[in-house]
Amino acid sequence: MAFDFEKIKNDFPILDQKIYNKQLIYFDNAATSQTPLQVIEAEANVYKTYNSNIHRGVHCLSNKCTEAFEDVRKRTAKFLNARNNFEIIFTKGATESINLVAFSFVNTFLNKGDEIIISEMEHHSNIVPWQLMKQYKGIALKIIPVNEQGELNIEAFQNLLSPKTKLLAITHISNALGTINPIKKLIDIAHNNGTKVLIDGAQAVQHIKVDVQELDCDFYVFSGHKLYGPTGTGVLFGKEDLLNSMIPYQGGGEMIQTVSFEKTTFNELPYKFEAGTPNYAGIIGLGAAIDYINEIGLDNITAYENELHKYAESQLLTIPGLRIIGTAKHKTSVTSFLVDNIHPYDMGMMLDKIGIAVRTGHHCAQPIMDKFKIPGTVRASFAFYNSKDEIDSFVSGVRKVKQMFA
Amino acid sequence: MEINDIQEDIIEEFSGFDDWMDKYSYLIELGNDLDGFDEKNRLDQNLIEGCQSKVWLNAELTNGKVIFTADSDAIIVKGIVALLVRVWSNHTPQEILDNDLYFIDRIGLKDHLTPTRSNGLVSMVKQMKLYALAFSAKN
Repeated sequence: MAFDFEKIKNDFPILDQKIYNKQLIYFDNAATSQTPLQVIEAEANVYKTYNSNIHRGVHCLSNKCTEAFEDVRKRTAKFLNARNNFEIIFTKGATESINLVAFSFVNTFLNKGDEIIISEMEHHSNIVPWQLMKQYKGIALKIIPVNEQGELNIEAFQNLLSPKTKLLAITHISNALGTINPIKKLIDIAHNNGTKVLIDGAQAVQHIKVDVQELDCDFYVFSGHKLYGPTGTGVLFGKEDLLNSMIPYQGGGEMIQTVSFEKTTFNELPYKFEAGTPNYAGIIGLGAAIDYINEIGLDNITAYENELHKYAESQLLTIPGLRIIGTAKHKTSVTSFLVDNIHPYDMGMMLDKIGIAVRTGHHCAQPIMDKFKIPGTVRASFAFYNSKDEIDSFVSGVRKVKQMFA
Repeated sequence: MEINDIQEDIIEEFSGFDDWMDKYSYLIELGNDLDGFDEKNRLDQNLIEGCQSKVWLNAELTNGKVIFTADSDAIIVKGIVALLVRVWSNHTPQEILDNDLYFIDRIGLKDHLTPTRSNGLVSMVKQMKLYALAFSAKN
């Protein structure tokens, strides 16, 4: 499909509304992307026509629902180019995916004193699960520093590695700065040290093509609600041998083979890690989101978003006193900025009044804000349904707000 | 002046603005004009940390009346802080405890006082009442 902006825009009815009598401009896509009709209909259709618990019914509806759910697993595996469908575990989001690995990987493979490396630019959800393991298990946490531009210091990373480093858990793209990390390089360096790698792809899969076999990462996680899918859906990719060795994360129905009070045996992959009834309607919606992205084509999306992003940054920089936080060479369509000494909350509140939705604050990445010695930023993040016209309105909005505080 | 007379005054002041920009410009002005927060009171124990902005609140009991001083790092929040201080400061603990805060709603700033805004204002109001309670117990 060619990139048909008008058609695409019509797929997102939520965008066609007024906020305080102003046309809505939605630039908070890095927090949650909007959901196209195709996804809403796919999920609604589950409840309208074949809602039924999966994997256990003998009846027609249950079989249909199971089939639809498992088909999403295949399409997700294909989307990430995973070798096997059962290497895809469904979760409720990237956060749960990371927590799963933190619990199951650490408790299976790590001993007191073993080390995990993360970076200074991580989202809280890729910091706190490891801190919990540090507390429970006595492992050590090491941090890769970031330079002034918001890029990782690769040399420092190499120096952090030791024979005790069991895992590198790092974001593919920074949610606060937009930096695209050189993850292939990081994975190769880590593997040379015998260190496994988890990639947090929550900000990546909606923007660029990801091939987990080519990357050779051991785990890759993302959230459905940032990929134009329903909220409460997420994915964990894990390599077969690791997932097979790891202890389960949660216990319950679905994840067991047999249960007795003397001995319980666990189900095979992927079910071992999917305790309880999953959010199957949401996952079926996520399948529709992946189809939708595939139809537009991720390459088209990347090209269009890059153009929007470059345009936005060049226009914003014409405003005196505006500085962009995060000026890495490789960035995705996320722009964090500050104007003069206007507090990001004040800026965000005023932009809201003129119909523009941005994110303000520390973006759940307090350590990187501390590093730059700022309370937070204003973050505008763009999706393929945004336009240059919207960016023009946004830039003139920022100018107007700046004047109000002058 | 009774607390509710002050609330009525504020409602009157804001009734003149039909445009959101005028209203917020006024809040910015109030925020910029609010001073009197003693640096020695900028302590962690006086800090109300919202997810988005910070508020500092200090309370002292002088001649039976609670004197509030406050500050914020975000100007619009500081403007609202100025209004809250104006309404409740310099009243007895009992007057503050008995008072129902209604002006925020009436001047159309209610959405700044919902927990989701996480700007520290909801906690500030709660904290002001708690100070009043503590001082009334001491009296």
